[in-house]
Amino acid sequence: MERPLTKNLRSDAPDLAETERVGGYQAARKALREMRPADVIDLVKRSGLRGRGGAGFPTGAKWSFVPMGSDVPHPKYLIANADEMEPGSFKDRLLLEGDPHQLIEGMIVSAYAIEANVGYIFLRWEYRVAAQRLALALRQAYERGYLGRYIMGSGFSFDLHLHVSAGRYMCGEETGLLNSLEGKRAVPRSKPPFPQSSGLWGKPTVVQNVETLCNVPHIVNHGADWFRTLSLSEEGGTKIFGVSGKVRRPGAWELPLGTPCRRILEEHAGGMKDGVRLRAVLPGGASTAFLAEDQLDVKMDFDSVARAGSRLGTGTMIALDDRTCPVGMLANLERFFARESCGWCTPCREGLPWVQRILDSMEEGRGQPGDIETLQRHGRFLGMGLTFCALAPGAVEPLRSALTLFRDDFERHLREKRCPWR
Amino acid sequence: MLTTQERSAIEEEREHYPTARAACVEALKVVQRTRGWISDEALRDVADLLKMTLDELDGVATFYNLIYRRPVGRRVMLLCDSVSCWIMGCDGLKEHLKMRLGADLGQTSADGRFTVLPAACLGACDHAPALMLDETLYGDVTPQEVDRILQEGS
Amino acid sequence: MARVVIDGKSYEVDGRRNLLHACLSLKLDLPYFCWHPAMGSVGACRQCAVKQFKDDRDTAGRLVMACMTPAADGTRISIDDPEAKAFRASVIEWLMLNHPHDCPVCDEGGECHLQDMTVMTGHVVRRNRFPKRTYHNQDLGPFLTHEMNRCIQCYRCVRFYRDYAGGRDFDVFGAHDQVYFGRAEDGVLESEFSGNLVEVCPTGVFTDKTLARHYTRKWDLQWAPSICAHCGLGCNTSVAERGGMLRRVMNRVNPEVNGHFLCDRGRFGYERAQRVTEDPEKEKRTPEDSEKKGLSESSGSSGVKRFSEFSGSLCGLLIGIGSPRASMESNFALQTLVGKDHFYSGLSDLDASLVSLILDILRNGPARAASLQDVENADAVFILGEDVTNTAPRLALSLRQSVRQKALERIGKGGIPLWHDAAVREAMQDEHGPLFIATPYATRLDDVATAVWRAAPDDLARLGLAVAHEIDAEAPAVSGFRMPMNSMADALRDARRPIVVCGTSCGSVPLIQAAANVAWALRRQGRAADLCFTVPECNTMGAALLGGGRLGAAFEAEADTVIILENDLYGRAGAAQVDGFLGRVKHVVVLDHLRTRTTSKAHLVLPAATFAESSGTTVNNEGRAQRFFQVLPSREPVMASWRWISEMLVAAGRTGWASLDEVLAAMGDARIRAAAPPAAGQRIPRRPPRYSGRTAMAAHVSVHEAPPPPDPDSPLAFSMEGFSPEAPPPLTPFFWWPGWNSIQAAHKFADGPSGVRLIEPGQRGAFFREVPAPFTPRRGEWWVVPVHHIFGTEEQSAMAPAIVKRSVEPTLALRPEDASDLGVSTGGAVQCMLDERTYRFRVQLRPELPVGVAGLSLMGATKGVGLPCWMALRRA
Repeated sequence: MERPLTKNLRSDAPDLAETERVGGYQAARKALREMRPADVIDLVKRSGLRGRGGAGFPTGAKWSFVPMGSDVPHPKYLIANADEMEPGSFKDRLLLEGDPHQLIEGMIVSAYAIEANVGYIFLRWEYRVAAQRLALALRQAYERGYLGRYIMGSGFSFDLHLHVSAGRYMCGEETGLLNSLEGKRAVPRSKPPFPQSSGLWGKPTVVQNVETLCNVPHIVNHGADWFRTLSLSEEGGTKIFGVSGKVRRPGAWELPLGTPCRRILEEHAGGMKDGVRLRAVLPGGASTAFLAEDQLDVKMDFDSVARAGSRLGTGTMIALDDRTCPVGMLANLERFFARESCGWCTPCREGLPWVQRILDSMEEGRGQPGDIETLQRHGRFLGMGLTFCALAPGAVEPLRSALTLFRDDFERHLREKRCPWR
Repeated sequence: MLTTQERSAIEEEREHYPTARAACVEALKVVQRTRGWISDEALRDVADLLKMTLDELDGVATFYNLIYRRPVGRRVMLLCDSVSCWIMGCDGLKEHLKMRLGADLGQTSADGRFTVLPAACLGACDHAPALMLDETLYGDVTPQEVDRILQEGS
Repeated sequence: MARVVIDGKSYEVDGRRNLLHACLSLKLDLPYFCWHPAMGSVGACRQCAVKQFKDDRDTAGRLVMACMTPAADGTRISIDDPEAKAFRASVIEWLMLNHPHDCPVCDEGGECHLQDMTVMTGHVVRRNRFPKRTYHNQDLGPFLTHEMNRCIQCYRCVRFYRDYAGGRDFDVFGAHDQVYFGRAEDGVLESEFSGNLVEVCPTGVFTDKTLARHYTRKWDLQWAPSICAHCGLGCNTSVAERGGMLRRVMNRVNPEVNGHFLCDRGRFGYERAQRVTEDPEKEKRTPEDSEKKGLSESSGSSGVKRFSEFSGSLCGLLIGIGSPRASMESNFALQTLVGKDHFYSGLSDLDASLVSLILDILRNGPARAASLQDVENADAVFILGEDVTNTAPRLALSLRQSVRQKALERIGKGGIPLWHDAAVREAMQDEHGPLFIATPYATRLDDVATAVWRAAPDDLARLGLAVAHEIDAEAPAVSGFRMPMNSMADALRDARRPIVVCGTSCGSVPLIQAAANVAWALRRQGRAADLCFTVPECNTMGAALLGGGRLGAAFEAEADTVIILENDLYGRAGAAQVDGFLGRVKHVVVLDHLRTRTTSKAHLVLPAATFAESSGTTVNNEGRAQRFFQVLPSREPVMASWRWISEMLVAAGRTGWASLDEVLAAMGDARIRAAAPPAAGQRIPRRPPRYSGRTAMAAHVSVHEAPPPPDPDSPLAFSMEGFSPEAPPPLTPFFWWPGWNSIQAAHKFADGPSGVRLIEPGQRGAFFREVPAPFTPRRGEWWVVPVHHIFGTEEQSAMAPAIVKRSVEPTLALRPEDASDLGVSTGGAVQCMLDERTYRFRVQLRPELPVGVAGLSLMGATKGVGLPCWMALRRA
C-alpha cells in the first residue's frame, strides 16, 4: 500500500537535502518546466482530488474558477489553510511538522496552476513546532530558489509567507480566514462572490487545506491514473484518517480513501479499550453527524459517508463509548461551537449558547420539559442556508443525530433529573 | 512606548503584507511576547505604528482569544477542553488545576505565576488530554503529570 | 423589470434589487433588521427569510434570505409559508434572549423597529430560562445616549458609522454572544453624522440625548415637514413639538437631496428655534425693549400701529434689508412693502457678488447645478476651496459615497450585485476616487482624497484654471503654473459624471470662475459635468434670486426708516459702518427671532417666527425651492415676518395677504408655488393617529376641548383628524404606517423627490479669461481666510445647548513657523486692528497652511470682520 503523503514523514522533519534525495521538488520542476498551468489544472481535475479540509470540493474544479490571463486582477493569492482546529482533528499537524517541504512544493505547483504569485500559510498559533519547521523550510526553499523570483529558471515567481494566527475556529472557514489575514475580525464573507473571483484584498484567491495541497506534487509526479488507483473508491487518493477517544491505539494513518470505518477503528486503532464498548463515532470531526455502531461498515469516502447520513469531514473520527454520557459529549461540543461563533449572524450567535445552556442544565439535572423540542428546533433552524456560514450547521449535525440516536438518554436525563453517567 | 526590538519585529512582519493593518495581529503578538499581555497603552502604541485607530485595533484584539487584553500570569497554560480531551478526562485536570492553583479557568493564581485558559482543540487528540504551557505541548496528561508540569514551570 | 411570484401572486419589480427591497417596495410586510435602503444587504440578522421555489412544481422549496437573493425574473417565493414564518419568529426569539424588554423606560419605545418586527412575527412568549448578559454603557458626548443592553447585533451602526460615513472612532468589539458596539473608550463621537445612529439603530441603543431632555413619545408628538435651516443644502426634515415646545428633528427622505441621513448640526441644532424654559409663558417673545427707547412702549399689534403712525408719512424714505436666512415669502413681502428700488438683499457685499456670479454661471453656462444625489453618483470630483464638512456638512457624506462610484462600476461589471454591500466592500477594499481636494487648509475628507493640495485662494483658482486648460485648450492657459496634482485633468476627463465642488467660503471670485471653467471644459469634451456650489445660509440662493440692492448701497441710501428682516447686520459688514448706518437712520425696525447686536440697536423689534413657528419656502444651493411648514401652533405676538409686513401694508392702506398661498400668488412664480401643494382639500393631520390627551391636555384651563388652531398657510392640520396615507412627499409630516411605528416606515411612502428646481443650465458660458496673479505673501501681514465650524459658525444653531457643547473656542490658525516668528505658540494670543477695533485671538497651529495665509474661526464677532482680508498680527 502506497503512502505518498506520509512516507517521508519524520518526527524531526527531513531537511531540504534529504527531501530532495527522496524526490522532493521534482514535481515543481516538472510542472514549471514541462507543463502549462492549464495542464496542471487538467491533471488535478482528472485525478479526482477533493478538498481534504472537510467540504470535499473537487480541487481542480475550484481552480478552474480562477480568472486566468494577463488582464485579470493581480496579484492572485494561494493560501494553505493550516488552521486545523476542528475538534478531534490532528492530521494536518503531522504533515506540517513531519514534512514541511511537501506542503511548500504543493503550494508552488498549485500556485503555478492558478498563476498566483503570492501565497500564505495560515497557521494556528498553537502549532509551535510546525511554525518553527515551516519557517526554516521556507528559508531553505528561498535559498535554493524554489521560492521567490523566477523559480528554477522558469518565468514563474512565487512569494510564500507564513502567517501565524491568534486563535478562533472561524479562521478555518475560508472566508473568515481571508478577513483574518487582512488584519480584521475573522467573520465570514458571503458566497457568492467566491474567493476565486474576489478573495484576499479583493483579488482572486484559492484557499486549500494542507493535506489537499500535499497531494498535488504526487499527482504531478505519478499522474492522475496512479492517484485514482490509490483509493478503494471512486474518489482518488489516500486520506489521513485518525481516531481518538477511548480506543487502544489512538493515532492517525494514511490509508486509501474508502477504507471501511470499522477497519480503521479495529485494525489501526486497535478497537476499544478494555471495559468500554463503542456506541457511535463522529466520523470526520466535531461537526459531523454520529454514525451508529451498526453503520460502521461504511466506506470512508466523501460520497459513502454522505449516503450514510454524515460527512467525511476531516476524516479524523471520535469514538463515543458506553461509559461516556452522550448528552455530556453534546454539551461539550456545543460549548465549543458557541464559544467559537464569530457573532455575525443571529441564529449562530444566539442559538448555540442557548443550546449549550440547555444541554448543561440537563447534565446538571435541571432539564425541563420542552428542552428536547427546543433542541430539535435548533437542529432544524441552524441548518445550512439559514445561517451565514457553515459553523452552526456543522454544530447541529452531531446534535441532530444524537437526538435521534440517543433519544432515550436525553429523556432519562429529564426523567431522572440527573446525569445517569455521573 | 514600544521598544526598538518590538518596533523592528513589527516592521519585519509588516513586510509580508500589502497593508499595514494586515500585520496588526502579528504586531500584537510581538508585544504580547515580551509583555505577556496588551495594555491600553501598548494597544495605543501599536495602533499608532500601524496607522489604525484605537477602536479599530481593539475591535480586532478583542476578537482573538489568544490576544490577552488583561494581565496574565508569568506563564499561560492552555487547557484543551474540546471533545476528545473531554472524553479522556480534561474536566478532571481542570478540577485538579483549580485545586492546585486556587484559580478557575480564566483566572491567575494568587502568586501571579499561572493563568489557565480553556483552549480549542490543540490537535493532539491522539494524546488526549492535552495542554500547552506557554509554547510547549504536553499530551496524555494526568493529574500527576500536571503537578510535574507546574513544578517545572515555576 | 422582473416578474416575480410572491405567495401565488405575480408582481413587476425592479430586477436590480434584492427580494427584500422588492417586497418592501410592493408594500408587503417582511421583517428585517440589517438591511438598510441606503446601505444595502449583508445577510447578518437572518430575519427576512422567505421560502423560494425552483418552479411551479416545486412544493418543498427552501428558505433563503430575501435580502441576499436577487429579484430575478421568474423568482417564486412565499412570505406566508409556515416554515418561513416559524423561522422568522425564531430569529426574533433569539434576538430577544438578551434584550432587556425595558420598552416602558426606553426612549425608542413606540417607534422601535424591534418592537414592530416582534409584533409582526408573532413571537410573544419567552421560553429561554437562562440569565441575560449585560454591558456597561458609554458616554458618547452631548448628542447620543448609549444603552448597549438593548443591542440586537444587527451591525447597522458600525456599518453606517465606519463604512458609510467614514468614522474611525467607533467599532465592534469581542466575539460570539459578547459583541459590543461602541468606542474603545468613553468619549465624544467624532463623526459629524453620528446622529444618524438614532435612526439607523433598529432599537434603543443609540437615542437622541437632546430629545431625552424634553422627552415625548413619537405618537404624542405633533409633526411637520420642514427644511433644515442650518446651511444652504436644504435637507428635508420632520420637526416635532408638544405643548408648545420643540422636541426633536428627524430625517425626512428626499431621494434627490438628503436621502436617509442628516448631519449633526441639522439634527441637534433645533433647540433654540424657540426659547425653551421651565415656563414658556414667561419667555414669550414680545416686542423687545431696546437700547433706543423711541418706539419701545409698543407691544404686539400696537407695534404695527406705532409703526404705521410714522411709516405712513415717511414712506418715501423707507428702505428694507432682506435676509438669506428668511423665507422667500418674507423677503418678497418686504420687497413689496418698500418697493424694489428700496429693497436691499441682506447678503454681505462680498457674498452678494459671489452668489450672483454663481447664479450667472448656473443659469447661463452648460453645467447643471448638482443635487446631493448627483454628487453621490459622481464618478470624479474636484473640490476647489471648500471645507465642505464645515460649510455644507451633508455634502461631505455624499462625497464619501461618490468616491466609490468608479470602483462600483467595475465591481458591477464583475457580476456582484451592488446591493450586496459586504461583497462590494470586500471587492473594493480601499479603492476610492478620483477625488481631488484643493483647499487652503486640511479637511475632513482628505482621507478619501486621491490627492490634496494646499494653497491660497488665488493659487487654488490658478490650479482650477490650469486644469480647465488642460482639459480643453480653449480655456485660458495659466502661464508659469506647475501642475501639483498629476493626471488630475485626465481623471476628470475619464469620468462620465464628474462634478466640481466650489463655494463662497473662500470669498474668492476667481476661484468660482475657475470651478466654472473646469466644468465647462469638461462639458465641451462631452462629459456630463455638473457644478456644486455651496452657499452659507438656508435661503442664500433664494435671496440672490429675488435680487435687491447691495447692502453697502443700503448703508449709503437716504432713509428715515429701515426695516431689517431676520438679519444681524454686524455679521455682514464692519461694525463701524453698521454703527454709522443704524445711528443715522431715525427709525430702525427689526424683525427677528434671534437676539443680535442689530436688535439691540433697534427702535422697534418685532418678534418674527422661526422655521418651526411659520411656513415658507427656501431655495437651496442647487436652486431647489422647498417648503417648510409650521409645527408650533401660533402664539401671540410671534408671527411670520411676512405676516408682520402684511399688517404693515394693511396699516398703510395697501393690500396684505391672509395666507401663505396669497403671498405665493403675489410672487407670481409658478415654480416656487409648486414646491408644495396649496392649502386646499382634505387636511393632512400633523398628529399621529395615537396622539394622546387631545381632549384633556388643556383641561386645567378649560374642560371644553378647544378647536384645533387654524392653519391658513398649509394643507396640514394641527390635529389628528384628516387623511394622511397618500400625502405627497413635501407634505408628509412623519413616517408612520400600521405595524411600522419606526422611521423604517419610510419605505411605505411615495419615494419621489420633492421641491422644484428653479435653475436650469443655459447654452452660453464663455470661459472666464481673467487669470489671477500668483498669491504673494506679505511681510508682517497674513491673508486671513475664514475657517468654518460645523458647530458654531451657523447663527441659528450656534446657541442650541447640544451644539454649544460641541463648539470650539474660536482661534486664529497659523503656520508653526509664523507663530514662532510672532513669538506665540498654541494657546497663546495674537491681536490685530480691524475697523478701528482691536481683536484678540487665541492661536492654533496648522502646519498645512500655505505660506502667508492664516485662518480665522468664523463665529460670533469675527463674522463682521470681512474675511478674507489682510491682517497685520502681533503678539498680544
